[in-house]
Amino acid sequence: NVRLLDRLSSRRAVVGTLYLTATHVIFVENGSETRKETWVLHSQISSIEKQATTATGCPLLIRCKNFQVIQLVIPQERDCHDVYISLIRLARPVKYEELYCFSFNPKLDKKEREQGWKLVDLNEEYNRMGVPNNYWQISDVNRDYGVCDSYPTEVYVPKSATAHIIVGSSKFRSRRRFPALSYYCKSNNASICRSSQPLSGFSARCLEDEQMLQAIRKANPGSDFIYVVDTRPKLNAMANRAAGKGYENEDNYSNIKFQFIGIENIHVMRNSLQKMLEVCELKSPSMSDFLWGLENSGWLKHIKAIMDAGIFIAKAVAEEGVSVLVHCSDGWDRTAQVCSVASLLLDPYYRTMKGFMVLIEKDWVSFGHKFNHRYGNLDGDPKEISPVIDQFIECVWQLMEQFPCAFEFNERFLIHIQHHIYSCQFGNFLCNSQKERRELKIKERTYSLWAHLWKNRADYLNPLYRPDHSQSQGTLHPQIAPCNFLYKFWSGMYNRFEKGLHPRQSVTDYLMAVKEETQQLEEELEVLQERLANLQKSQSGNNKVKSKQQDQSKQFGLYTSNNSLANTPQEYSNDLKSFPSRSPSQGDEDSALILTQDNLKSSDPDLSANSDQESGVEDLSCRSPSGGGCLPSEDSGKDSDEAVFLAG
Amino acid sequence: MEFAELIKTPRADNVVLHRPFHLAVEGTLCLTGHHLIFSSRRQDNAEELWLLHSHIDSIDKRFVGSLGTIVIKCKDLRIIQLDIPGMEECLNIASSIEALSTLDSVTLMYPFFYRPMFEVLEDGWSSFLLEQEFELLSSVTNEWRLSCVNKEFSVCPSYPPVVIVPKCVDDDALRKVALFRHGGRFPVLSYYHKKNGMAMLRSSQPLTGTNGRRCKEDEKLVNATLRSGRRGFVIDTRPLHVAQQARAKGGGFEQEVHYPQWRRIHKYIERFNILQESFIKLVEACNDQSHNMDRWLSKLEASNWLTHIKELLTAACLAAQCIDREGASVLVHGSEGTDSTLQVTSLAQIILDPRCRTIRGFEALIVREWLQAGHPFQQRCAQSAYSNSKQKWEAPVFLLFLDCVWQIHRQFACSFEFNEQFLIMLFEHAYASQFGTFLGNSENERAKLKLPQKTMSLWSWVNRPEEMSKFQNPLYEANSLVIWPSVAPQSLQLWEGVFLRWNRPSKFLEEAEKERIHIIKYNKELQAKVNALRRRLAELEAQEEEEAQE
Repeated sequence: NVRLLDRLSSRRAVVGTLYLTATHVIFVENGSETRKETWVLHSQISSIEKQATTATGCPLLIRCKNFQVIQLVIPQERDCHDVYISLIRLARPVKYEELYCFSFNPKLDKKEREQGWKLVDLNEEYNRMGVPNNYWQISDVNRDYGVCDSYPTEVYVPKSATAHIIVGSSKFRSRRRFPALSYYCKSNNASICRSSQPLSGFSARCLEDEQMLQAIRKANPGSDFIYVVDTRPKLNAMANRAAGKGYENEDNYSNIKFQFIGIENIHVMRNSLQKMLEVCELKSPSMSDFLWGLENSGWLKHIKAIMDAGIFIAKAVAEEGVSVLVHCSDGWDRTAQVCSVASLLLDPYYRTMKGFMVLIEKDWVSFGHKFNHRYGNLDGDPKEISPVIDQFIECVWQLMEQFPCAFEFNERFLIHIQHHIYSCQFGNFLCNSQKERRELKIKERTYSLWAHLWKNRADYLNPLYRPDHSQSQGTLHPQIAPCNFLYKFWSGMYNRFEKGLHPRQSVTDYLMAVKEETQQLEEELEVLQERLANLQKSQSGNNKVKSKQQDQSKQFGLYTSNNSLANTPQEYSNDLKSFPSRSPSQGDEDSALILTQDNLKSSDPDLSANSDQESGVEDLSCRSPSGGGCLPSEDSGKDSDEAVFLAG
Repeated sequence: MEFAELIKTPRADNVVLHRPFHLAVEGTLCLTGHHLIFSSRRQDNAEELWLLHSHIDSIDKRFVGSLGTIVIKCKDLRIIQLDIPGMEECLNIASSIEALSTLDSVTLMYPFFYRPMFEVLEDGWSSFLLEQEFELLSSVTNEWRLSCVNKEFSVCPSYPPVVIVPKCVDDDALRKVALFRHGGRFPVLSYYHKKNGMAMLRSSQPLTGTNGRRCKEDEKLVNATLRSGRRGFVIDTRPLHVAQQARAKGGGFEQEVHYPQWRRIHKYIERFNILQESFIKLVEACNDQSHNMDRWLSKLEASNWLTHIKELLTAACLAAQCIDREGASVLVHGSEGTDSTLQVTSLAQIILDPRCRTIRGFEALIVREWLQAGHPFQQRCAQSAYSNSKQKWEAPVFLLFLDCVWQIHRQFACSFEFNEQFLIMLFEHAYASQFGTFLGNSENERAKLKLPQKTMSLWSWVNRPEEMSKFQNPLYEANSLVIWPSVAPQSLQLWEGVFLRWNRPSKFLEEAEKERIHIIKYNKELQAKVNALRRRLAELEAQEEEEAQE
């Protein structure tokens, strides 16, 4: 008899049963025929809060990393405490082996699993970019992670950079993360390289590091300098000098132009997100509360800073033809954000579904972005946690809003990737580096998210994408000023589970359904034409066409269900609640009046259709998140092992 | 008066036109009585810009040496800049534009001179008559009647000659009620909810004054709309204290003692001068080219525009909720009943009535709830967000309404027959137009100006098939349900289509819209083809069967 409260409206609560399993928290509604279920993966839980016991029971607040907030009321204080203690333990595994991906089994055979891991191949990607070539080569200097344990074994470096130079440079860089190739622009030889900060202190120099940067410049014969972009605020970089770290001195390096781009550090970002989520959680905030809170959180400012850095680099590479070396402190957070935003702007390939997977694999996974620490997969230092890749994903969404036809994938694709970065259901984002993943034998023991997304790619297509559109080609040039490029609050992500806040009719889903139907029509047209030809030719045989006609009527049925959306009024006024809808003086007539009202309500189509609107359920079914059934329903059995909630 | 007297320099050459996101163009500038015309005759892309003088909100001039620069700020929020060589020419042109764009007399406005180049298929002046509306109503209920009590505009100068009132109230009673309501705006039917027979009335505030005057006829009129034993809601668009203060000036509100079956709910919808300030601040923020995110958000917040949107939508939803969910009749009023009242009643109808979400239905709504209902368009829309002069009648009341419609449209993208462009077009024409539709402040004034005889109606133009096609929403599928929008701050957005229209590159968004249209069109074509083939096939097969049977 646990009650699940609706955050938006305290009036709505459902009673059900709470189950804890090894991997999930499951809430099943009592009573109603649907027995609706809410599933939450333990790894998604970011915090659990036990609140003061009230007359009705003991409230438990569960906040999830995918921005779901679940409020439960458990009748017995003791039960609540037990659940609380268990969840605290379950939500903070200490060993990788406890994570869901090691028990998750999508019923694929070994070969399929291996195929899945081969979907994204970075060697292929570098070849696509055009390396190795006359200027760039693959280096095996890090083959046993001997030089840098957070780098991949295979890195691309300028041809003129010898092993001696690389090793020398690595010793002069934080955590030995030496400059390596992130993106190469075939058309003009300009490149984006990445590294960590130099250990320059106040005056230290390193000949090999200087030679390394020189080599990068030489690899782009069209330009006589390179940009060195330090993505930190200048003050932070200067403070690092006192610790023997710092930034490049333009006097020591020949032909560099040095540039600070003030992106704040992970701690600032963590607090900023925290503040923004508090705003999202406000109960019926006023417009000023919301806008003021949003501004005060600084979140959109940070998103803009990252985007501006990406725009700067993309411009340097595409328009000036100048190579860029990007670093921050360790070169695995801000550097990853900025390099991947720049790549996305520069190369239309990364705006395709496959290309986007490759991009994350290249700039984040392979270059040692510390997924485990940042997203708290294992119990660890809370100060290491920060929404670094979330910010990158939001940058992509903001770009999608500005360039609606430029991306092959849709918003749902981004949201599901974000979800799985935290879910630990697939092995892709485990650990902090390639080295650790190899040691854990991730590829043999877990499945790849990319294969899973690829299999369901029909659900992630942007219906407006056309490869021949101008936005789908070449470099994207976003505007910079906020009045030209409106950075918006992404309610689809941060209020993802408050379905009532989202547009009730999704243009994307609608267009996807139309396109789906179009495709069927195309096929049918072909069949019909063939039949007609046959019929006219032979003028014999008596086949019937009825089956096809039935198909068609089914399609139309789906349309209407797409349109008749769950919808009820919100609490528009507090006055109304307290108002007795019948007059107290009317005595006898009362009951009759109640009846008429009840009749009215139960016969009301939009009221009865309303049921799934505000339960805040997990809809990761990758099938039809709108609940409208407008998407092709494939074999429903296949996906059910996932953390899905099936509304039926 | 001859316009020629105002035009000191009718033409200037070598003028350079600057617009955001366009390359500067050199060309010739001409002034006529009603237009500013810029034409460039370059061989590669000749282009012309025609701008109505009445479209100009403000004009600034400055000089660098003998090169003058005129910055023209338009009522649709566009800003253009003209570089004019020669100080005298520039000064002359600037002062001419200033004079021509601020003509006092309505009859000098362009609609009186405009000669349409298109064939009129249907006279828009008679497209939406209240009589037609009443006919529809009579088919479902006989509780209402048309009253011609205001035939000479003598009972209420801001009402149309005919209104719909409860059948049981006669014209004499109406005259008495009119005396009890501000400006004579007695309660009339605004909307009848067929689903449950509930009515939405609108009026102005009752003139109770400090000593609690009452009017038996008024009470009888509003009670006539209630089902026996049921209550109604009065939605007062002012907060309680403002309503109370109004009593000192002879105004007031319905007191429980005299209206025991009605429950009053006070909402806070801002009045026009506050809205105008908010509008000006918002447009300032939207034109700020600085790159700073914080300043943008705090300016957006400080403008309060989105707060007004939220309050207004909430009030409209509440009215709709009372009618549809509580099964109660509703009376809406503020003070005069010509601004916030109309915003609420018209938005509530969009939520409740699927017909108002069609193009014709929406036009009818604007005619009924805004033009005939006496929203003083000419006063409110005389100036837009750039005007420096502090006249106190201007206010973006209608724009705020359109913005709310856009917000609902965004949330229910498939439920409206019209698209965003349709709303933007209405915004433009309300502020400056070649058509007479939005001239005057009431039907009374329009009749005196003989607008239907002397000017062309906007609807005559819009409802032509070739124009209409530009305003159709490709995603539209009739939705017969009540649509309840979310009014949470997360669900409300700045209307970029109006406020950032000239500051953002539109190319990509236009491409997206084209693609949407293409997807739907292609689908429909295929459907038609498949259906035709199916029929053909069925015929052939039937033939064959017959042959086989023979």
